Amino acid sequence: MDKTILELHELLKNKKISSQELVAESLKKSHEIQEKYNAFVTILDDAKGTDKIDHLLSGIPFGIKDNYSMKNVLSTGSSNTLKDYVPFYTATALQKLLDVGAIPVNKTVLDEFGMGGTGTTGHTGIVKNPWDPTRMTAGSSAGSACAVASGVYPYALGSDTGDSIRKPAAYCGIVGYKPTYGMISRYGLFPFASSLDHCGVLTRSVCDAAIVVDAMKGIDEHDMTSWDSKDIHLYENITKSVEGKKLCYIKELCNIEMYDNPTEELQNHLKNFKEKIELCKSLGMKVDEVSIDPKLLNALPSVYVAISCAEATSNMSNLTGIIFGPRGEGDKYEEIMMDHRTKGFSPLIKRRFVIGSYILQKENQERYFKNAQRVRRLLVDAWKELYRTYDAVILPVGTGVAKHLDGSKDILTKDTAALEEHLQIGNFGGFPSITIPDGFIDGLPVALNITGNCFEDEKVLQIAYALESKMDYKNQIAKEVK
Amino acid sequence: MGHYKAVIGLEMHCELKSNSKIFSSARNTYNETPNDNVAPVDMAFPGTLPVVNKKCVRDALMMSMVLNCKQPEYMYFDRKNYYYPDLPKGYQITQMESPVGVDGEITIECNGKKKKVYIHDIHLEEDAASLDHYFDTSCIDYNRAGVPLLELVTEPCLSSAEEAVAFLEHMRSAYKYCDVSEADTKKGQIRCDVNVSIMDEDATEFGTRVEIKNINSFGNVYDAINYEIKRQSELKDQGRYGEVEQETRRFDEESGTTIRMRSKVDAIDYKYFVDPNLPKFKIEDSWLKEIRESIPLLALERKEKYINDFGLSEYDAGVIVKEKEYAEYFEECLNLGMDAKTASNWLTTQILGEINHLDVALKDFYLTPNLLQQITNEVNKGTISSKQAKEIFYKSVEEQKEPKTYISSDMAQISDQSELEKIIETILSDNSAQVEQYKSGKTNLFDYFVGQVMKNTRGKANPVVTKEILKKKLEK
Repeated sequence: MDKTILELHELLKNKKISSQELVAESLKKSHEIQEKYNAFVTILDDAKGTDKIDHLLSGIPFGIKDNYSMKNVLSTGSSNTLKDYVPFYTATALQKLLDVGAIPVNKTVLDEFGMGGTGTTGHTGIVKNPWDPTRMTAGSSAGSACAVASGVYPYALGSDTGDSIRKPAAYCGIVGYKPTYGMISRYGLFPFASSLDHCGVLTRSVCDAAIVVDAMKGIDEHDMTSWDSKDIHLYENITKSVEGKKLCYIKELCNIEMYDNPTEELQNHLKNFKEKIELCKSLGMKVDEVSIDPKLLNALPSVYVAISCAEATSNMSNLTGIIFGPRGEGDKYEEIMMDHRTKGFSPLIKRRFVIGSYILQKENQERYFKNAQRVRRLLVDAWKELYRTYDAVILPVGTGVAKHLDGSKDILTKDTAALEEHLQIGNFGGFPSITIPDGFIDGLPVALNITGNCFEDEKVLQIAYALESKMDYKNQIAKEVK
Repeated sequence: MGHYKAVIGLEMHCELKSNSKIFSSARNTYNETPNDNVAPVDMAFPGTLPVVNKKCVRDALMMSMVLNCKQPEYMYFDRKNYYYPDLPKGYQITQMESPVGVDGEITIECNGKKKKVYIHDIHLEEDAASLDHYFDTSCIDYNRAGVPLLELVTEPCLSSAEEAVAFLEHMRSAYKYCDVSEADTKKGQIRCDVNVSIMDEDATEFGTRVEIKNINSFGNVYDAINYEIKRQSELKDQGRYGEVEQETRRFDEESGTTIRMRSKVDAIDYKYFVDPNLPKFKIEDSWLKEIRESIPLLALERKEKYINDFGLSEYDAGVIVKEKEYAEYFEECLNLGMDAKTASNWLTTQILGEINHLDVALKDFYLTPNLLQQITNEVNKGTISSKQAKEIFYKSVEEQKEPKTYISSDMAQISDQSELEKIIETILSDNSAQVEQYKSGKTNLFDYFVGQVMKNTRGKANPVVTKEILKKKLEK
């Protein structure tokens, strides 16, 4: 199960191995990983192989983040509010994979409804990083990242509202890709913030990501924000030359002198990034340093909080325990709903609901919600301006390696906030964005991110593929460092 | 009681007609079986998304045009957030920022006088589920959840219960003429909220506004407004106007009064914001043009046309335009080439009388314009009398057989004077004894002679002419 999709497909085609054997191996591995890192809500022990072989994904096991609705299979969103919820319909993106004969073997843990970046807030407990179990995987696609990095299967589905695919991918040393907004239908994805939510995938190679998203994408009559991408062929075009492509990185985020008292880790991380910039140049790409107003960059995290919390408050108002989920106790309907929500949600989520609700109040909307939307527009416009000249923006992911589960060991400084959160730009603009591993610091993986303009997914993947080919981190499986 | 001016504003909710609901693929039909017209999105199962029904948007835009409102450049929806068991998502999808229509006006007729009613806005939204309350439980029926609703809000420009009801009737008729709604209050398809305040005749500032919510019939709208005017006026007379509070009340049908529900001070903050799942889309001018061109003539326009172009009386024209199906029946008759007055007479007397008697809708009435024409044609040709025509009409309706089955060729009347005279002379000479008796005073034998003529002609003799000739001959 440590092989790529193409390798597995060849083995299946040449009957060197059966789908059933792959499923059995994947399930066995699932139980081991569950034991060690707690990555799954459900392991589908009755999963069966298939004789189907007409698609690259046929017969190959994969994992599903537990916020994808799956018919007749427990789908919890890692929340107590849905702890026994078994949907009667399957998410469009997932159904497309099932239709080509891909085999789901487990449902992976996330931060409750995707609202978190640590992998520690799911109702089944903390997910540990397979490189170092004292560290986080980051989130919210925590279980998916952990499982793919551990070699349970070549890919798992994720969702990304702020950086929920691309951050955990970075900290687990794998590839995380979310395509342009609306390229994959959101129908059946439990919503967090509808204007920012994206479906996507976590893999161990850019090529695998292209193959999977090719299968997941497509216009869907159930999602009005989806669009027709039949002319986009990610896998087919992935090897196209990147010579002459123009990239840029942002000075304010990438240059070490922009930070007061940078940690050694940050220094290494940025130094490693700059080396990869040189690698880009050696591939015939042109890379420029550009400047973005730090004021705008520093507004990023609060814009994200305002918009995502506001939308989340409304999106999760259906969770009352009246139609589904455990019925609350009480005499009046208010009491029943309140009891369900009080018991069901974790404190972190409740705090976000309070923020969202406050921001949407009539007297606060203009100041917080509308202003956040305006700044979102400014940020997106700034990036769109870059895309007039450049094919993609390349940036380091986060400030270094995965954080400790015991947060006291991490040094957090205010001036790294924008570096930590800049992936959210991809959600603000709906831009195609991919994270690939770009090195190690003290045996732990670090990553860089490439984000392009809307609908230019092919180009973004071509650049990532070319760069990945020049580095040694493709298809790596996590090894515990300590 | 002092004389005060009443100021009334209306909110009219009307369910739209469509195959599927406004944001889901579930059927939008009246359904007695609870929870039968339900798609996953109607019950807000996690991950479901709304997909807007274009026909509903089209119909809403049409009504916006009928009300002479301005249409927006972009179509989008807002979420109205609140918790209630009948609201599965915890928010209602509605239009707050950019309704399908704003700043409209429409002319109605009230007691024969024309009145301009100003429209604040008209917007498209989804209905909530319906709740049935029992002793210690409540049941939720999601059939209604997601049914398209068009809500129109007038300016406070109406001054009496009569005007309010005239406006509602006018709109109900417009909805039906445009074929966007069945607009049936009996099926709960129209619900109204009413705002009422009073002020001195010469005052310039409005009084305290009281809202009466969720009234389900026009009769109740009428009663609620009058009750509220009376209640507020009495308080004002007694110098207790301060007790009139800005509040929400409901109408109690049994007592005919309004009852306080809550104060406006407790008004909920609905935290409106644009629904990100329904992307903004541009309303193309070509589409607007196409919709505008498909607006049919409405009741008042048709009435004028019937009077001016077809010479109908004001009364008859009024009767015919009252319901769209009457007007359509009438116009179909004209299309078939029937004379307007003839069609109007048949429709307003026999046909409406009969459907009323049979308690059927005109569209289900057996005698379609085509069939009616079989009768009127014969009358025109003079082959049947108007009396026979009526008999054939009722027989045809009763036996559900085409009128022509009752109009045989030998049914043609014998009205020819000389022909009848010949027949009568023969009869009289064959019955000389009876003629003698008649002449000696047994005048009730007259009917005997008529009967003989009818027998002889198998009923085809024109009875009027027959009687005339008989009288003449017998009195000789």
